[in-house]
Amino acid sequence: MNTLKTIIMGLVLVAAPALAQNAAAPVTAVPAGSGATTPAATAPAGPTFDYAAPTPGVGHPVAGTFGPQPQVTDIGHEAVFMHNKILMPTITVITIFVLLLMIWVAFRYRAKANPVSSKTAHNTAIEIVWTLAPVLILVLIAIPSIRLLAHQYATPKADVTIKVIGNQWYWTYQYPDNGDFEVVSNMLKEKGEVTGNARYRTDADGPRLLAVDERMVVPAGKVVKILTTSNDVIHSFAMPAFWEKMDAVPGRINETWFKVPADKTGVYFGQCSELCGARHGYMPIAVEVVSPARYAEWVKSKGGTMPGAAPVASDAGTASPPASPAPAAAAPVATSQPATQN
Amino acid sequence: MTDTTANAVHFQADHGHEHHHDAEHKPAFFARWFMSTNHKDIGTLYLIFAIIAGIIGGAISGLMRAELAHPGIQYLTVWSTMMGEAPNFDTALHLWNVLITAHGLIMVFFMVMPAMIGGFGNWFVPIMIGAPDMAFPRMNNISFWLIVPAFFLLLGSTFVSGGTGNGAGTGWTVYAPLSTSGSAGPAVDMAILSLHLAGASSILGAINFITTIFNMRAPGMTLHKMPLFVWSVLVTAFLLLLALPVLAAAITMLLTDRNFGTTFYDAAGGGNPVLYQHLFWFFGHPEVYIMILPGFGIISHIVSTFSKKPVFGYLGMAYAMVAIGVVGFVVWAHHMYTTGLSVDTKMYFTAATMVIAVPTGIKIFSWIATMWGGSLTFKTPMVWALGFIFMFTVGGVTGVVLANGGIDNYMQDTYYVVAHFHYVLSLGAVFSLFAGFYYWFPKMSGKMYNEFLGQLHFWIFFIGVNLLFFPMHFLGLEGMPRRIPDYPDAFETYNALATHGYEIMAGSMVIFFVNVIWSLMAGKKAEGNYWGEGATTLEWTLSSPPPYHQFETLPKID
Repeated sequence: MNTLKTIIMGLVLVAAPALAQNAAAPVTAVPAGSGATTPAATAPAGPTFDYAAPTPGVGHPVAGTFGPQPQVTDIGHEAVFMHNKILMPTITVITIFVLLLMIWVAFRYRAKANPVSSKTAHNTAIEIVWTLAPVLILVLIAIPSIRLLAHQYATPKADVTIKVIGNQWYWTYQYPDNGDFEVVSNMLKEKGEVTGNARYRTDADGPRLLAVDERMVVPAGKVVKILTTSNDVIHSFAMPAFWEKMDAVPGRINETWFKVPADKTGVYFGQCSELCGARHGYMPIAVEVVSPARYAEWVKSKGGTMPGAAPVASDAGTASPPASPAPAAAAPVATSQPATQN
Repeated sequence: MTDTTANAVHFQADHGHEHHHDAEHKPAFFARWFMSTNHKDIGTLYLIFAIIAGIIGGAISGLMRAELAHPGIQYLTVWSTMMGEAPNFDTALHLWNVLITAHGLIMVFFMVMPAMIGGFGNWFVPIMIGAPDMAFPRMNNISFWLIVPAFFLLLGSTFVSGGTGNGAGTGWTVYAPLSTSGSAGPAVDMAILSLHLAGASSILGAINFITTIFNMRAPGMTLHKMPLFVWSVLVTAFLLLLALPVLAAAITMLLTDRNFGTTFYDAAGGGNPVLYQHLFWFFGHPEVYIMILPGFGIISHIVSTFSKKPVFGYLGMAYAMVAIGVVGFVVWAHHMYTTGLSVDTKMYFTAATMVIAVPTGIKIFSWIATMWGGSLTFKTPMVWALGFIFMFTVGGVTGVVLANGGIDNYMQDTYYVVAHFHYVLSLGAVFSLFAGFYYWFPKMSGKMYNEFLGQLHFWIFFIGVNLLFFPMHFLGLEGMPRRIPDYPDAFETYNALATHGYEIMAGSMVIFFVNVIWSLMAGKKAEGNYWGEGATTLEWTLSSPPPYHQFETLPKID
């Protein structure tokens, strides 16, 4: 069964032969009390690349706050406006209105103040009012809500396509537009948890449980199309600062996208958001947004190629032709209608 | 269907001279409690069962809050070795998933549903419609005795292998493929069979309630004169009857995928993992109304009783529940906004979900209007009912936030969702259960509860659960995912607060149990209608506790 699944996954992602290899590679056994280890070390095939340290307060949760994380994408701004300026005030007013009504009724009609109760049990007018008023409020909420959905699904032409593959319990990121190299992203363990000279987390990597050894790197100011799938159980790719979440379902490909403005370079963190087994809490997502020039450098450091550039003759473990878009990436529809493969 | 009314009259004609003796004739202990066909005894059994399950489910949430109080893994490793497993990090983490799964399944299937429908439904539906018992008393018995082995199967699954460690660690939603190829060992099979039994129990119960309500109402009690609690159970029974077979089908396919090589939920064999989610939530969404609708009924009675006023907008209240039940069947995919639905599907489910807020709003406003102009006393059941109305409003409005498919890209699977459904269930359904318990406890036991302890229980519980669940909104907004045993340090502030809330809530439960035990042993004897003129339904025409067989002469309703 697993072999069959692997073959099918391989067919789905024709441009990703590395996937089939990776799926077959067993995860190294882990000693007690430790986090996951890198299943397949991705040896840098080019020059080294200096990753940025996260900016405090940006792209990760901050203790004691009351609202959504600061947003960096246009969709995020629109959604957070909808949440903070439309939904929150509406529900707060409604809740306080109900509370005040209850307090008033409890005070005014307490048995001492009103020993004889009325027997009124109908008032058609007020019943119509409290039916229609919520309808009106809901219609007013629905308009921006439907508009937000339409914007989220109006996928612009992709500049970069990245295949995000969930595994128990790490993420792999494949870059079919850049020579189809693959990045395996594992959570970094704490200093006391690693053995020998193994790499452990420092503050430059990011907060505990969020920092990873290999980040997903994307160019700023470009439309990044994300295709999610999984090798085992359902995972969910979540990036709160981009207002982004998409399940990674085995045997299916889901599509979503984001575009981080050119001035919002930095490191952003998320966590797997669908229960996926024992280490569900230990497969964070880290996205580093860099300038297009830095992106080219990073791609080079991974042994990849930029579209249009001459193919690098090196054998970085990928045999596929450079810059060939995945078949699913070429899907013309502007929605994330999942493509079921069977 | 035989004419039960005629039968009762016949019975009365034959044995009229033995009336008193018949009404109080009770079988011996074993026959009475283990072979019971009496709706009140079965109701009592259900309530005792629900209390035991509630203690276990509540204790599990205590373990969860203890682990979550601070970042890092504090206790899971110790607990998993206490459960007899070799010390191993992954096994310890698996135990976490077992805890969240057990907490969810126990609270839904073995606490709220048995208490609401099996407990209060069995006790008061026949009495409120003026019937001597349920339509199928023996089926009623098997409904209860199916849920007991179901519970043992679920508890037993904790001690057999579930893959990474012992127990089913799939979440209460049992999503494929985590529950199929992702969980080796018999634990998940046992959990699935447990759900089968619990589901069969509920389906039989639903058939019984529908038959009883349609056929055994006392002369003159038309549907439009039926008490709202009976309406709520009627709608609930229809939801159970239509939703549970879909769950049964979904989890049967899980079983065959696990054991017999089918691939209903495996894309490699032509199946689809998302199909399971559609089937599960087609059941799962009506299920949340199954848990809350009887509570709506209970609250209506209590508000009316303590306002000394009839329920405002009775027909609107009844049909609001019908509307919630109907619309509840066409909103399921709002649980699945991030599974890769198309934009049109998400727009539809956004709009349909928001529609639910309209009948719910009608109910909230009608309860307030029932109090308006009334003569209010604030006995324990009434303060729980008022707490319910406000807390349910809070849970309801966050539901409107979550209804928006575009907003849900952020909220899905975060603690915001956890906060939302605990406000509607833990502060909604559970508040209505306590309200109903205090309202009817003297009727069922014949002993008054202690009013001071009841009030104290309410206020401490109210403070505790709000401290427990309100910070979870902020955790969700900060981005904390559900179902994780350890979290980035930034989430500590609110998690520590929530754990303190749990401690306060747990303390209030001690008061509750002291009150129950004290009342049973030393409580003042309860009169037939201890609430006075506001209590107008048929149970208040009977003694407390009611005769073992009531209404041998059917009451007439005008």
